[in-house]
Amino acid sequence: MAMAEDNAAEEFSAVVARHRPQIFRFLLSSTRDVDLAETLTQDCFLKAHRNWSSFRGESSAMTWLMRIAINLQKDHWRNRRMQFWRRTQSNAVALDEASEWLPSGERSVEQQLLAKERVGQVSKAVDGLSKRQRTVFLLRYVEEAELSEIARATGLSEGTVKAHLSRAVAKVRAKLGGQR
Amino acid sequence: MIFKDKFADRRSQHDELNPVRDSELNEALTDFRLSVHAWSENAFSRSRMVAAAAPPRRVWRLAAGWALGCVLIVGGASAGVWQHQQREMRIAVARVAEQQRLVALQKNQQAQQQEDEDLLAKVDRDVSREVPVAMEPLAQLMGEDETP
Repeated sequence: MAMAEDNAAEEFSAVVARHRPQIFRFLLSSTRDVDLAETLTQDCFLKAHRNWSSFRGESSAMTWLMRIAINLQKDHWRNRRMQFWRRTQSNAVALDEASEWLPSGERSVEQQLLAKERVGQVSKAVDGLSKRQRTVFLLRYVEEAELSEIARATGLSEGTVKAHLSRAVAKVRAKLGGQR
Repeated sequence: MIFKDKFADRRSQHDELNPVRDSELNEALTDFRLSVHAWSENAFSRSRMVAAAAPPRRVWRLAAGWALGCVLIVGGASAGVWQHQQREMRIAVARVAEQQRLVALQKNQQAQQQEDEDLLAKVDRDVSREVPVAMEPLAQLMGEDETP
């Protein structure tokens, strides 16, 4: 009995080590707040730990964790405190913060500036998306999740995911077009 | 030819509706992904480092504890040293005082002894010289007896 518990604990520790950065990244890109993303990531793994015994492995651990993270995020957005956070955005970074981290690669200075500008535009467009569109968009284009995985993580049908994604991409495209 | 025209027409309509080419969009999305990944990695490692460090309150308590401990140890040690020094000093003073007292006593005794001896000598001298007149013949006799 104790041995089984030890195994489960070890298994869970491995899952945390493997998936924590990815969950944090998704929450960071979604909330754009390092502190909030860190808090939600901790909450996510706490909840996952409590329910680890009920995880049946029907989906991948990552999809299961992502589902928990999305639900936590929804709860927070509904929360009054969250509304305050949204209004003040005290710890939130500038919309185009992400663009500051764009790896330079082998680009010329001009190309780099152009790319940064484009990333800033995408960030702004993402900020203007509805919560559901944003979640789907980030899971697809930042986490590179398959449509089926997104559907399982969000609890939507694949068709709905496609529709949200299509609208989100159209908005991003329009934003990039407006930049010119 | 008609098909080609239709296709070209559709293409231009599409371009008007979607001024951003797919390649450009894909490039922007790739850059967005890369920048979010880099930003997240940085933020994640930074938050790990902060978490790894002890909380400030704990550090403060630890420092205060150490400082208090050091003060108590140093205070205790210096109090002990001070007490020891005081005791040593008192002992030394007492020794000196005792020595002085002994020297004074010795001097006093010597002086007293000298005084006594002087007095006895004086008495002897006086007694031997100042013999009453009535005793003069006896004294002379004693003086004769003493001569060999």
